[in-house]
Amino acid sequence: MSQADVTMGSHGTDLMVGRPFAVPTKKLAMWLFIIADTMTFAACLVAYGFLRNGSPDWPRPFHSITNVAIMTFVLLTSSLTMLIGLRSAKAGDKAAAFRWTMITAALGIVFALLHIREWMGLIGEGMTLFKNPWGTGLFGASFFSITGLHLTHVSTGVIALVVVGVRYKGGRYNADDIEVLSLYWHFVDVVWMFVVPLVYLLNLSH
Amino acid sequence: MTVTAESNNGIGKDLTIYVCLLVLAGIQFVIAYQNIDASQMFWRMLIVACVEAGLAVLFFMHLWTEKRSLMVFVLVFTIAVLLGMQYGWTDSNRMIVGAPFSKTM
Repeated sequence: MSQADVTMGSHGTDLMVGRPFAVPTKKLAMWLFIIADTMTFAACLVAYGFLRNGSPDWPRPFHSITNVAIMTFVLLTSSLTMLIGLRSAKAGDKAAAFRWTMITAALGIVFALLHIREWMGLIGEGMTLFKNPWGTGLFGASFFSITGLHLTHVSTGVIALVVVGVRYKGGRYNADDIEVLSLYWHFVDVVWMFVVPLVYLLNLSH
Repeated sequence: MTVTAESNNGIGKDLTIYVCLLVLAGIQFVIAYQNIDASQMFWRMLIVACVEAGLAVLFFMHLWTEKRSLMVFVLVFTIAVLLGMQYGWTDSNRMIVGAPFSKTM
């Protein structure tokens, strides 16, 4: 063994020892981002709850749960397709991993379109950021902020899915990159689990 | 166990969690149509949402199979800050009940 091998070997070991929580750096970075983003969404949802609790004339503009139920189904299903894509990538099946990643992206696009359709419906009924025909104007600001922030995450996720999927197929990225992206996509799904009851279901007009 | 067999078992588990999440989401929609007051509805939905999120984080995001120290770090740090945010609720109750300060205005 040469001196260079000894030096490289010891250097490599040092890097492994120094890795926090024994997870790859990209994965740890994604977990830290998710924790930070959880705080952002939690702050928005708590602020929303604060306003809702403090406003006696809080509007209940949603007549039907059909659209939000379909959106929930689409997003949950996209998490499953993402998982199948990740399993394919880890098993070394590049074609299947790419296909399932693209299916996930397509479901993300369907979700975004349904979301925009719902926004258009509400805007058509007279709701804007600062006023609406049903009650306090704060509803529009909080509704568009929270759902808009979530929609931004979904749109960013779709772009990332396409970019990472194509680069994975081209051999520039590996299964670890798909795994890091899947963490983000599942996080978007987790956030939706809290947005639906707080923003939609509690504001149903019975 | 071969890679394919492992992968099939994994997909079976993922499908089970997926169905559980769909059922839990359905329960939230059922709660929305129950004839109960908003506060009860809120707490019931929040509990269901927490169970859903827990399943997704542990099994879809594979936190369950990560090193235990990462799991403890993520859970403790997140839960501590989320609990800290609940401080604001008391003040929002004061706004709607109007006590003690706004009654003197």
